[in-house]
Amino acid sequence: MKNVIEIKGVNKLFLTDKKQEVKALKNINLDIKDQEFVCILGPSGSGKSTLLRLMEGLIDPTTGSINVMGSPLTKPIPEAGFVFQEYSLMPWRNIIDNVSFGLELREYSRKDRYKIAEDILTRFGLKEFTKSFPYELSGGMKQRAAIARAMATSPKILYMDEPFGALDAYTRFQMQKDLIEFWLEEKRTIVFVTHSVEEAVFLGTRVIIMSPRPGEIIADYNIGLSYPRDRWNKEFGKKFQTIMDIMNDIS
Amino acid sequence: MSKVKRYISPVILPIFFLILWQFFSVKLNNPIVLPSVTEVLVILARPNSSLLSLGSLIRNTLISILRVGIGYILAILLAIPLGMLIGYSRRIEEFLMPFLNLFRPIAPLAWVPLVLAWFGVASLASIFNIEQGGLYSLFNNIKISMLFIIFIGAFFPILTNTIYGVKSVKKTLIDSALTMGARKKDIFIKVLLPASLPSVITGFRVGLGVAWMCLVSAEMLPGSLAGIGYLITHAYTVARTDIVIAGMISISFVGGLFDLMFQKIEVKFFKWQSMDK
Repeated sequence: MKNVIEIKGVNKLFLTDKKQEVKALKNINLDIKDQEFVCILGPSGSGKSTLLRLMEGLIDPTTGSINVMGSPLTKPIPEAGFVFQEYSLMPWRNIIDNVSFGLELREYSRKDRYKIAEDILTRFGLKEFTKSFPYELSGGMKQRAAIARAMATSPKILYMDEPFGALDAYTRFQMQKDLIEFWLEEKRTIVFVTHSVEEAVFLGTRVIIMSPRPGEIIADYNIGLSYPRDRWNKEFGKKFQTIMDIMNDIS
Repeated sequence: MSKVKRYISPVILPIFFLILWQFFSVKLNNPIVLPSVTEVLVILARPNSSLLSLGSLIRNTLISILRVGIGYILAILLAIPLGMLIGYSRRIEEFLMPFLNLFRPIAPLAWVPLVLAWFGVASLASIFNIEQGGLYSLFNNIKISMLFIIFIGAFFPILTNTIYGVKSVKKTLIDSALTMGARKKDIFIKVLLPASLPSVITGFRVGLGVAWMCLVSAEMLPGSLAGIGYLITHAYTVARTDIVIAGMISISFVGGLFDLMFQKIEVKFFKWQSMDK
């Protein structure tokens, strides 16, 4: 399979308010193939969110190159969608207007974009909430809507930055199951940032482990378990243990 | 609190105040110092009748509203785009704010001498070259100097609230719009403007309040022949304190009405803001 994302020798420096240089990412090399589900795992300060923003094109690398779908990245591209950790729905728009925002920017007619958004909302179990406002929805539903919104323009790549981090454990399990189901149905490339070892092992075909300060890739691990995965399975436990050991070594 | 109490408690003090006022006016028995409640009420009860041959209370109030309206709309037209740019761009902020901040502490009234030197008694009629007819008497009543004072009063509250509104837009909202393909124009019109609108509306509300308060000083300027502020100052010179108070009550009434209007708008359209966490 071909690479959809190619990162070569990327370094990222930030300037703090006091004009001090902080090295967020150091010499990142990473290739991601089509239809992979890659989890980027690391403690806070390991630059995993920064790496995801670089892949999306929200920020530029200090040095190095990033190619997405064969061409160098300069700004966010239509082929990629993004789901943020915080609720990023526009609070003044109802759910269907939020979900169809990307289509609105692409100048679809109101009728067309509502049709597409309604289909997606139905798939994500939000059919009854099309006219609701974000504040009327629970945390899990909001994130569901945010994922639906990212998918509305049918991007080939989906970036997710700790999307379930703010949810309670039960909702998180449910969302993880639904996400896997969705991904199995229509294969896309997903890059998923998390700090939970268990979440990474449950979701990813591949887990990239990063160390903090400066953010570096220290392990690239194939999970190799079939889907849907069972948390109480012995194999799952072994994989979990292996990755947990690596994580313990770095922090 | 019970329902009855909720309706009664806000009127207790006003009633007490009216009683006190009436009591002292009867005791003083000097309508120039303090006219009685009833004397003022008589004027307020006939808002259509001409006062001191300056026209009725209603006519003067409407002229004042027109003046404030024009100065206020000019302030909005300038303050919103400016505030959005300043709130969005650090560079524009660093360039403009030190300059604008020089003017912010200056009370609108302090501008009066300069404004008179610049504009004199020029009015909208002289700008549009209207020399007679019904439009003339209307436009001639709207002096540039007054508009300037009102503009200054309304400008800064709207500007600061717009800047604040744009600055407090969550970065994630802008980033998420960018990831969906928004261009700069989309960011301004579809994200920053609606997101900051609650704060902008607060600025509208405060700005209109200040503009309305600047009115009396604006209408004391030479060349003024009508308006509620002019009515008050003129009534003062002829020692008609009852008309002064009736004018003050009109100012309070209209100001309260404006405020109520914005309160309703805030509640009706910006429920999402108070509910959004």
